Amino acid sequence: MSRKVCVIGIGHTDFNSMTPDMQWKEIMYEACQKSYVDAGVDPRKDIDSFITCAEDYWEGFSIFDEFVPDQIGAVLRPCCTVCGDGIYGLGNAYMQIKTGIVDVVAVEAHSKASDMLTYGDIVLFAYDPIFERPISGPVERPNYAGSPSYSKERPKPLVGSTDEKERIHPYFLAGLEMQHYLRKTNTTEEQCASVVVKNKKNAFNNPYADYEAKISVDDVMSSEYLFKPIKRLDISPNVDGAVSFVLADEKTAKNLGVELIYLSGFGWSSETPWLSTRGMDAAYATKAAKMAYKMAGILQPRKEIDIAEVDDRFSYKELQHLEAMGLARPGEAAQMLEEGVLDVKGSFPTNTSGGSLGVGNSLEATGLQKSLEIVTQLRGYAGKRQVPGAEIGIAQAWRGIPSGSGAVAIFKRG
Amino acid sequence: MTEKKEQKESYPKYAPGTHVHDKDIYERKITYTWWEPEVQYSWSLGPAMSRFLQELKAGKIIGIKCNRCRRVIVPPRMFCEYCYGPTSDWVYLKDTGTVETFSLSYLDADARRIEEPILIGVISIDGASPKHGFMHYFGEMKPEELKIGMKVKAVWKPENEREGSITDIKYFKPFRGGEE
Repeated sequence: MSRKVCVIGIGHTDFNSMTPDMQWKEIMYEACQKSYVDAGVDPRKDIDSFITCAEDYWEGFSIFDEFVPDQIGAVLRPCCTVCGDGIYGLGNAYMQIKTGIVDVVAVEAHSKASDMLTYGDIVLFAYDPIFERPISGPVERPNYAGSPSYSKERPKPLVGSTDEKERIHPYFLAGLEMQHYLRKTNTTEEQCASVVVKNKKNAFNNPYADYEAKISVDDVMSSEYLFKPIKRLDISPNVDGAVSFVLADEKTAKNLGVELIYLSGFGWSSETPWLSTRGMDAAYATKAAKMAYKMAGILQPRKEIDIAEVDDRFSYKELQHLEAMGLARPGEAAQMLEEGVLDVKGSFPTNTSGGSLGVGNSLEATGLQKSLEIVTQLRGYAGKRQVPGAEIGIAQAWRGIPSGSGAVAIFKRG
Repeated sequence: MTEKKEQKESYPKYAPGTHVHDKDIYERKITYTWWEPEVQYSWSLGPAMSRFLQELKAGKIIGIKCNRCRRVIVPPRMFCEYCYGPTSDWVYLKDTGTVETFSLSYLDADARRIEEPILIGVISIDGASPKHGFMHYFGEMKPEELKIGMKVKAVWKPENEREGSITDIKYFKPFRGGEE
């Protein structure tokens, strides 16, 4: 099968720290309807297959798949849910279209993080129950006034940690990894702080971003240590929002008369879950990027790619991922940052959307938010943050703490 | 020594061993680990569900129209899952309806056997399009009285006990014409 795959529609909601006025179904509907209008397709007739990327625990539903069809237009149509970041949905859509079984596929991912009352404990639930959970949590015992299990007594201890002081928030893992990264590459905490400054500044020019801010390296450095060397401002705060993509084979895309943006490369990779054994160098990103470069026929990524959106849910992650993906030499990313190479006006603009630090951590929507920025840039609709003449862009997403999984998508203007 | 003895007594002879008892688990002779997740959510309901629950609190059932599909939908939603367009006008419905299907449950929520069955079913609500309604309990009737197609009426909790929940309706009882 040599048919090529194009992005024919994109849609998204505004991203907000909380969305009390809308149900999760309604933010999904908004993003999807916008992408269908953008593509000029009727989901009830023209879309052959629907993919949502969601994790049951983020949503609070068992078998969340079943709650998806209505709001994405997929009732009694081929529909499935990928338990992973939205960027994996693009890969699945790519494969479905390549088989020739379907021509038009919709991909959706969202975050309604504000619906979770015990986010830290839900993250902790992703840790190994024998070796890791007893050492850390529980972090948020259910003492929310108004919750059915609220009690004034001190929460009962669980297996393992019995003293509240011993408990540690599951994000500590990022502290371990950052420590390793700084040491290995001679990068400084100040340089990581500069990532925060850059991305929050970029977010000012992104209308849907929620965490834009004019701050300095000193502001980041003086925010309190949470998991040394990680400080409060090194962490991307959670956000609500939804993103939807419509993909199609090249012929269908041409018939629709839409601007052709090709999904020209895709790769994904997963590390072992043994936190103490696995590497701390984001090898998942290296492997996924290599796979995607090969598929897209890219031999010199740094030279051939014009713009990148890489996972920056912790400040050091942006630098670590750039190096892991071969877009910077080991230890070089911080220098590129300081020289302005990664700025919107630099020679290798990175996270022009503001990234997760500027837009917010949209959980499973992260990869689609990054892909959304690349497609917007390649179309030339990025407004004040537009990178002139961008032809090839790369989006990368990691699945977040404590995962060692990630995927990469490469887009090319037709 | 005990192992040998058990081997002799076991049948068939080539499969020695002893059964696991729950005592072995309580005494931790069997290795296991456990974890009690703290997962709590507080879902925003959005305009349609919020209005529906507020109306229940006021003792009313409300639906919404999809003008393209010409149907009156209950429970209401902000978009129509069939034509994928937005829904439009609110419409109050009756608190009576028709039994679409039902079951008699002889198990409670903990899967314990119960003497008197719990009556549960789907009720299509009068004023909404056919087959539009929700699930609820039935009461004030004998199990053998419950039939598909029978008319039923909501029995509401007293106003001061309602909290904006589907359980503000206690159950549906048989409805005979002319009753209020």
